[in-house]
Amino acid sequence: MTSLLDVEHLRVSFRTEEGVVQAVDDVSFSLRQGEVLAIVGESGSGKSVTAMTIMGLTRSPNASFSGSAMLGDLDLVTASERQLEGVRGGRVAMVFQDPMTALNPVQRVGDQIVEQIRAHERVSKRAAHARALDLLDRVGIPQPKERASSYPHEFSGGMRQRVMIAMALSCSPEILIADEPTTALDVTTQAQILAEIETLQQETGVGVLLITHDLGVVAEVADRVVVMYSGRVVEQGSLPEIFYDPLHPYTWGLLGSVPRLDKARPSRLPTIPGSPPSALHPPGGCHFGPRCPWRFDACSAVPELKADDPEAADHLCRCWLRLGVARERRVVEGTIGLPAPEAVAGTATS
Amino acid sequence: MGRFLLRRLASSVVVLFTVSVLTFLIFEVIPNGNPALRLAGRTATPGNIAAVEKAYGFDKPVYVQYLRTMEQVFTGKIVSYAQNLNVVSQLRQDLPVTASLVLGAAALWIVMGIALGLIAGLHAGGKIDTGITVLNFVGISAPSFVIGYVLIYLFSFKLHVFPSSGYVGLSDPLAWADHLIMPWFSLAVLYTGIYAQVLRATVVDVLHEDHVRTARAKGLTRRRVLVHHVLRTSLIPIVSLSGLDIAAVLGGSAIIIEVVFNLPGIGNYASQSIGALDVPPVLVITMFGAFAVVLFSTITDVIYALLDPRIRVARSA
Repeated sequence: MTSLLDVEHLRVSFRTEEGVVQAVDDVSFSLRQGEVLAIVGESGSGKSVTAMTIMGLTRSPNASFSGSAMLGDLDLVTASERQLEGVRGGRVAMVFQDPMTALNPVQRVGDQIVEQIRAHERVSKRAAHARALDLLDRVGIPQPKERASSYPHEFSGGMRQRVMIAMALSCSPEILIADEPTTALDVTTQAQILAEIETLQQETGVGVLLITHDLGVVAEVADRVVVMYSGRVVEQGSLPEIFYDPLHPYTWGLLGSVPRLDKARPSRLPTIPGSPPSALHPPGGCHFGPRCPWRFDACSAVPELKADDPEAADHLCRCWLRLGVARERRVVEGTIGLPAPEAVAGTATS
Repeated sequence: MGRFLLRRLASSVVVLFTVSVLTFLIFEVIPNGNPALRLAGRTATPGNIAAVEKAYGFDKPVYVQYLRTMEQVFTGKIVSYAQNLNVVSQLRQDLPVTASLVLGAAALWIVMGIALGLIAGLHAGGKIDTGITVLNFVGISAPSFVIGYVLIYLFSFKLHVFPSSGYVGLSDPLAWADHLIMPWFSLAVLYTGIYAQVLRATVVDVLHEDHVRTARAKGLTRRRVLVHHVLRTSLIPIVSLSGLDIAAVLGGSAIIIEVVFNLPGIGNYASQSIGALDVPPVLVITMFGAFAVVLFSTITDVIYALLDPRIRVARSA
């Protein structure tokens, strides 16, 4: 499988009033043709900044970058603004989190799609409009002809997100970045939008980079998963590898925090104790260390992101725990999870 | 839209009635407000004054006087006490001067305000932004007549570039602009400063809105993002400001500038009439000003709805 996008050692930092924030710290992954790659992590883990950096949307006088994001021969980190204009919406398109605010409130939705088509292709207004109607029809908007001349406030949230998807697909991009595309929608609409993205992905073969914090969404549509924590990739692998053979304690914590319908309801929902580190003053060594019940001496140094299991070369993990130990320790009361810190006191060694 | 305009028309009747009653009553309560004192001449005897009062109907109850005056206003027959000239024809003669002054100045301040506001907003926090903001506050703080006299001193007496006073009709466009350029500028400075500050703040907000990020993510050029997405949404507050400001200037600030530059417009006429406590012109000009406010706020609302489709819905609902 050829890769569409290769992100290598991407680092993004922002100068702020209080100091330098390292938002993305050495992130590497590649997106292959025709796959859905999910980046999961909690708020502030750097997943959105990664996505926006690929689009060149994080550039500002206060931002600095290193590493690369290769789209074919073009490095999106160093590309000129003019090169990026051709990439954005053309080769790489993006769907944002909040469809209520992502569309221009004073422009007809049809015109918003036409505008994007005509920014990338020399076609007549009429031809672009016909294509916009076609796209609206394809993403399941009834009466596309009438709806194209409506304004965003005349649409529901789900319908607006369909418009965003239609717009994103209007120039047949190679990559679709969906940044929390269903977070702002109610659950039934979420399922519809996900199904829509999946169908379109299969029809067009576009590579999808799905940014989300929702493991349910990941399980539904992803082929491969990148788990991010505090600016770093902590684990990366295929969907079955991440869900059935997770090797990083943070991934265990995430999986253990998903409420289960097939088990007795616990008195409290399981959580990962503590809170994510401040991006201004991250802990030294492993960023998850302070919250990890299994931390030991080695964790004061940053572990490398590497394949622990020689039989799964694409399953990468950033943890000092040895493979056998990790596979033993992730089991808590018969399922994958993190034990309470006091339950493991004293036993935490590799 | 039709119903909306009809409603506005009805409200303008109420506004005109209120304004005319108030103006009329002012002359009843101020000392020496009785026009008969001036009409009868300087050496008038009480008998003379009484005769004048009788001839003009000043001895009748106030509401009768009011109704009679209103009848004269709306039949166009109202005559000033001081000069015995028809007020409506005088107003018609002065209107082109004032309209030239106000609309020209408005065009100037809208263009300059938008340009400065947009530049400052795009460079928010930088040196250019600080420079423009300082300039804006100087403009907002300086009274228009001071700017007017400074301009006359510099460009008329020292440099001899522009004429210091007078008005030339539009039939000679160059001379027309030549005579109006300093008045336009004096009038526009204050509003340029205000508009630039308002637009700057709006642009800074809009730049961070999600839909602008979407516009960039679509691959639009920077210029297209700015003009079609940032400026278009940022202009909405400017539109609502300009309608009321143009009306306010027509009915007020233009007076000062017309006096400074000796322009024979409605403002100058108002100033002279107020000085002479001449009721009919003051009444008609006040009503004209009030009508201008209603008219321009209606125009503003129509443009507003054209710019922002969300308002159209709210109105038809």
